[in-house]
Amino acid sequence: MTSVTATADAVPRKAKVGSLERQNRWALRGSFAALSVFVVIFLVPPFYMIMTSLKSSAEISAQKGSPWIAQNPTLDNFAYLVTNEQFQRYFLNSVWVTALVVLLSMTIAILAAFSLSRMGFKGSHVISTGVFLTYLVPPSLLFIPLFQVVGSLGLINNTWVLVLLFPTLAVPFCTWIMIGYFSSIPKELDEAALIDGASYPQILLKIFIPVALPGIIAATIFAFTVGWGAFLYPLAYLYSADQAVLTVGIVRELIRGDVFAWGTIMAACVMGAAPPIIIYTFLMDYYVAGLTAGATKG
Amino acid sequence: MSQVSIRKIVKAYEGDVQAVKGIDLEIDDHEFVVLVGPSGCGKSTTLRMIAGLEEITSGEIWIDGGVVNDVPPKDRDIAMVFQNYALYPHMSVFENMAFGLKLRKFPKEEIRRRVDDAAKMLDIQMLLDRKPKALSGGQRQRVAMGRAIVRNPKVFLFDEPLSNLDAKLRVQMRTEIKKVHQLVPTTTVYVTHDQVEAMTLADRVVVMNHGVIEQVGTPNDLYHSPATKFVAGFIGSPAMNFIPCQLEQAAGGLNIRLTDKLSFPVPADRTARYTSQVGKAGLTLGLRPEHIAETRPHTEPNQHDFDMVIDVVEPMGMETMVYFTIGAAEICGRVNPNAGATAMQSMKLRADLSNMHLIDDGTGKVL
Repeated sequence: MTSVTATADAVPRKAKVGSLERQNRWALRGSFAALSVFVVIFLVPPFYMIMTSLKSSAEISAQKGSPWIAQNPTLDNFAYLVTNEQFQRYFLNSVWVTALVVLLSMTIAILAAFSLSRMGFKGSHVISTGVFLTYLVPPSLLFIPLFQVVGSLGLINNTWVLVLLFPTLAVPFCTWIMIGYFSSIPKELDEAALIDGASYPQILLKIFIPVALPGIIAATIFAFTVGWGAFLYPLAYLYSADQAVLTVGIVRELIRGDVFAWGTIMAACVMGAAPPIIIYTFLMDYYVAGLTAGATKG
Repeated sequence: MSQVSIRKIVKAYEGDVQAVKGIDLEIDDHEFVVLVGPSGCGKSTTLRMIAGLEEITSGEIWIDGGVVNDVPPKDRDIAMVFQNYALYPHMSVFENMAFGLKLRKFPKEEIRRRVDDAAKMLDIQMLLDRKPKALSGGQRQRVAMGRAIVRNPKVFLFDEPLSNLDAKLRVQMRTEIKKVHQLVPTTTVYVTHDQVEAMTLADRVVVMNHGVIEQVGTPNDLYHSPATKFVAGFIGSPAMNFIPCQLEQAAGGLNIRLTDKLSFPVPADRTARYTSQVGKAGLTLGLRPEHIAETRPHTEPNQHDFDMVIDVVEPMGMETMVYFTIGAAEICGRVNPNAGATAMQSMKLRADLSNMHLIDDGTGKVL
C-alpha cells in the first residue's frame, strides 16, 4: 500500500487509461470496498454484543432510543457473572479443559509431525495423508457413534471426556500444519545437528521447536480454538451444571425457559470471547507466518 | 593419525539403481582429497556415507583403523560443512559454533577458548553475537567452517561448500580453505563439481563418473597423464580437444591422420607404444588448447605447422582463444594476443604433439 502511494506522489502526471498504475489504483479501491463490507459484517455483531452487555435489563427492554448505544452504561452484568459461582465453575472448566487439550494435542502433533516429516520410515507417506483425511470427517457426524464409545468408557457427564475427545479433532490439523512447517526446514540442519552429536530428541527440542515456533504457535491457536469454542460435544456429553463448560453453560444457565437475560448473556459472551481475542492479537504475526509456511510447503 | 579407508563400497537404491558401484580409496593422515565429477557421479553419496548420513549397501568404511559402517555420525568424530551452510538460524554465531561442544559436555572455558581461537583464525571475532541471517554468504560459510574446526575432529568433510557463493568470493574462500588446512592439517575429504577447485585445493584428486572412480592422482598427474577420455575432457579449462584420427605407417615412423589433407608425424618416443593401433578405427587424438598456438620458431622436434581458417576469436587479455574445425570436431587453440588472429581468415598454427594423447574410443582409455 505504501509503495502505491509513494509512486503516485512521485509521478504527478495523469495515469494513462489501461496503464498498470491505473489498474493498481482500481484494484486497491476494489479491495478496500470489499474489505469494508467484510469489516461491517464481522464487527457489527461483536459491537452489538459489547453494547448490550453494558445495558441494564430495563434499558434493553425499553423501546425508545437507539439500540446501538448504551445510554446508561453499567458493569452490573459483569459483576453478577464474576461473583456467580456457577459461571466461575464454567469458566474454570473451560480453562483447564482447553489447557490440557492444547498441551496434549501439541505434544502428540509435534512428535507425530517430526517423525512423519523427518524419520522417513516405511509407510510414513500413507500415514501423513491419512492424518489429513481424518481431519476431513465432520465432527458433527461423529458424535453419535462417539456416544457409544464415551458411554462404554463411563465418561458420560464427566468433563474429562472433552480432554479425551477434543485432541481427536485438533491433532490431525495441528499435525498437518507442523508437517508442512517441519518439511520447510532444510534437511541439512538436522544432518548438521546429527554430526554435531545431537540425538533425535535433542534435534527436536533444540533445533526444530525453536525454528518452527511460528508453526507451533499457529497450531497451538488452532488447538486452543477447538478446546475453547466447541459447543456440540459438551452439549451432547455433559448434562449436569458442575461438569459444563463456558459455551454450554451460558446457554443452560442464562436462558431459563423463554426468559433470556440478554445483558448477562452478552456479558458472558464478551468474557468468553476475550481470551481468544487477546491471544490472537498478541500472536497474529506468528499465526499468519505459520499458516503460510504450512500452505506453501505442505 | 586419521586415515580414511574406503573398501568396495556400494550404494544401491530401490530398483537396483547404483549410485556408487564398489569404489576403493585410501586417504592418508593430513591429506586433502577432493572428489570431483559431474552431478550424479556418486561423489556426494560417497561423502555422505563417510559421514554416516547414508547407509552403506555393501563394503566397508574405516576411519582411524576401525570399521564405522554401523557407527552413528556423532560417534565417528567427523565434522561436515554443507553447501547451504546449515547454520542453526535461531542461534548466534557463537552458539552455532559451540553447539557440538556443548552437546559433548565440554567445560565452558574450553568452549569459549576453542570458539575464540577458531573465530580468530577465520576472522569472524566481531560476528560472534550475530544471528546467521545478519551475515553475508561468505561470512556464513566461515561460520560453518568454524563450527567444524572447533570440534577438532579426525576428518573434515566438505560438501560443495563454495557452490552458493559468487565467483569472486568463491576464489577468496578457496584460498581461505587452503590456508585453514595448512594451519589445521586435518584429514579432509572435499566434494565439488568444479575442476578448478579440485585442482587448486587437492593433494590428490579423485575423478568420479557414473558411480566409479575414473582416476586418482595429484592435480598434475591428472592434467598431464589422464587415464581415460573422461578425465582428459573433465580436467582443464578450456577442455581438451578431441579429434577423430587414424594411425598409419609412414617412412621412418607413424603418422596420425586427422583429415585427408592434415596429418602429423607421431613423436618418435611413442612409436613403439602406438604401433599396434595402426589402421584401427575408433581412435581419438587428444590435444590441449595450449598445445595449439600460433606458429613460431620450433624449439622441439614434435612441433608442426598447419594452416586453418579461424571461425571465432575470443580475446582474454593474457591470451586469445581461437576456434576452428577439423573435420567435424570443434577445436580450440590458445594464441598470443599479438599474433593477429582474425575471424574468417586463414592463420598459421603450430601443434605440439609431445603432449598428445591417443584415446581408444571403444574402451575410453588413454593409450
